[in-house]
Amino acid sequence: MRITPSTARTRESSVPWADSAVIAVRGLRKVYEVPEREGGVRAAAGSLFRRRTREVVAVSGIDFAIQPGEVVGFLGPNGAGKTTTLKMLSGLLYPTSGEASVLGFTPWRRDRAYLGRMTLIMGQRNQLTWDIPVIDSYELNRAIFRIPWPEYRRRRDELIDLLEIGELVRKPVRNLSLGERMKCEIAGSLLHQPTVLFLDEPTIGLDVGMQRRIRAFIADYNERYDATILLTSHYMADVEALCRRVIVIHHGSLLYDGDLPGLVRRFSPHKTITVEFEEGFSQAPGERLAALIAPAGEVVEQSAIGATLRVPKAETARVTGRLLAELPIADLTVEDPPIEEVIERVFSSGSSEAPGQDQVAAEITREAERR
Amino acid sequence: MATLPVAEQPVAEFERLSLSALLEFYGAKFRTELALQFAYRGALAIWLLSLVSQPLISLVVWTTVAETNGGSAGGFTAGEYAAYFVILMVVNQLTFSWHMWEFEWRVRTGFFSPVLLRPLHPVHNDIIENLTFKALTLVALLPIAVTLGFAFDARFAPSLADVVAFGPALVLAMALRFLVEWTVALAAFWMTRTMAVNQVFGVLSFFLSGLIAPLALFPAPVQVAAAILPFRWSVAFPVELAQGQLSGVEILLGLLAQVIWIVLAVVLLRLVWRHGVRRYSAVGA
Repeated sequence: MRITPSTARTRESSVPWADSAVIAVRGLRKVYEVPEREGGVRAAAGSLFRRRTREVVAVSGIDFAIQPGEVVGFLGPNGAGKTTTLKMLSGLLYPTSGEASVLGFTPWRRDRAYLGRMTLIMGQRNQLTWDIPVIDSYELNRAIFRIPWPEYRRRRDELIDLLEIGELVRKPVRNLSLGERMKCEIAGSLLHQPTVLFLDEPTIGLDVGMQRRIRAFIADYNERYDATILLTSHYMADVEALCRRVIVIHHGSLLYDGDLPGLVRRFSPHKTITVEFEEGFSQAPGERLAALIAPAGEVVEQSAIGATLRVPKAETARVTGRLLAELPIADLTVEDPPIEEVIERVFSSGSSEAPGQDQVAAEITREAERR
Repeated sequence: MATLPVAEQPVAEFERLSLSALLEFYGAKFRTELALQFAYRGALAIWLLSLVSQPLISLVVWTTVAETNGGSAGGFTAGEYAAYFVILMVVNQLTFSWHMWEFEWRVRTGFFSPVLLRPLHPVHNDIIENLTFKALTLVALLPIAVTLGFAFDARFAPSLADVVAFGPALVLAMALRFLVEWTVALAAFWMTRTMAVNQVFGVLSFFLSGLIAPLALFPAPVQVAAAILPFRWSVAFPVELAQGQLSGVEILLGLLAQVIWIVLAVVLLRLVWRHGVRRYSAVGA
């Protein structure tokens, strides 16, 4: 583990269960108590005397461990408990129960030594002071994190260089665009060179070019400093570019923890077959096509020159063989569905009764039970 | 650039919060806060106006009462009233804080999160914000107070001991009022709307701190309450001292009361903070 030896000894011994992990979480749970009442004056008056509260389980007992230098994607639909987990790990929130150890510290004790070694960057929240030039906020961070002046100048200039924000740092934050602000925010959050980074939607609302640059920067930071990064994003491009490993949570529970291809294998029981017919084959194959891929396959899209089909994984070989034998096919490709689609199916399965999702839902239940 | 393995990089010793580190933060925050306050010049002027107007109204009312009463009322002459309220204007400006009114917003919107993530207790952020605002407004307020003192013929006769004791009494009053009000502000962790709590505290403070009138004018039970609670020690005491109303023993006892209350307030603040911050739900942020 990469923290100063003096603290490493005392901290690590207190959490033997964390082993060599930088971030370790055990049975972490957060329940919010939310006041609840009907709308209207009557209900409002009633709540004066009897306040009703409802418990909302945001995170319901999750476990995982992240090793030094890993970049892990933390995925889940809105309200899955991602941000709540990040807030607990960064020390903003007390959990209802469970344990966590980050760099050997219990985050919510908010030990100064811990806060000085990690950072939490939120795409929709600003820590830079709105009305003063960015560089002034940086200097304040220098004092807060007690970075020696020469070290500070070196890091600041390097970050300004890498993020190409030389033009921006003399302007007040309020005069910056969303993307510019995000870049300045990232630089400000890394001045103290944290070894653990929690990134919550770091590319939200940014254009594609900016997203790509921030992605490259994060990858570079990880490589340079062997930093451990836990990142949430709704953009699968971020996750595909940065994370070898993903952790998926849904309704506060862990659904999957492993590599990206594994996620596709586990949660997408289908393959997509795209066929292109030979020229001159003008008759619409409609019913014939449907008959060929029956019973489990389905035609997603078709035209006079080709079709896109979705078939169960186990049927792929059989269906492909039949298509090639029965129809004048010029080209045929078999693919996994795009990662976005898989994720979408995983997310929607827990909450809706949409037909065709049963299989995924069953898979998720099995997965949950196994844990 | 050099890519040192992280283990070999210099890491600040966060465990020990040294005074020099704190002063460095105060210095840096003072500079940014100064820039910020200048960005809000208009707001600053309006604040200043409210800081002047409230004691000024009391001043006019009480000197008028004394004069129509044949020169004195409740044992104070018009000149003594003038002195009381002119000094009060300065002491109130130096001791007041606004965090009670800001905390609810901070907690409810999650704007507290960035401050919580710093390796530094959030109270330091507010201490220096408070001091910067005061340093700035004092520059404008002092000439106003002096002018009013002459205009209303303020009469006060502090002894040498009073003058010497005024400095510490004022600093202790500033610390005490800040600590107490910051602790009250933490109610925001338990309640969504703290307006009522603030209002009750504000009214108590208005009467028991000597802001509306010198405490000597109040019935004995009120005076006892003001002396047992921190109120007298956070505003009225330094004013009375500067006026030359207090004996040597009273001054020493007053300073002692201030110190005792500050110790209590620090203990209370830490206790309330520890429990309150657990309830922080970092909404939105």
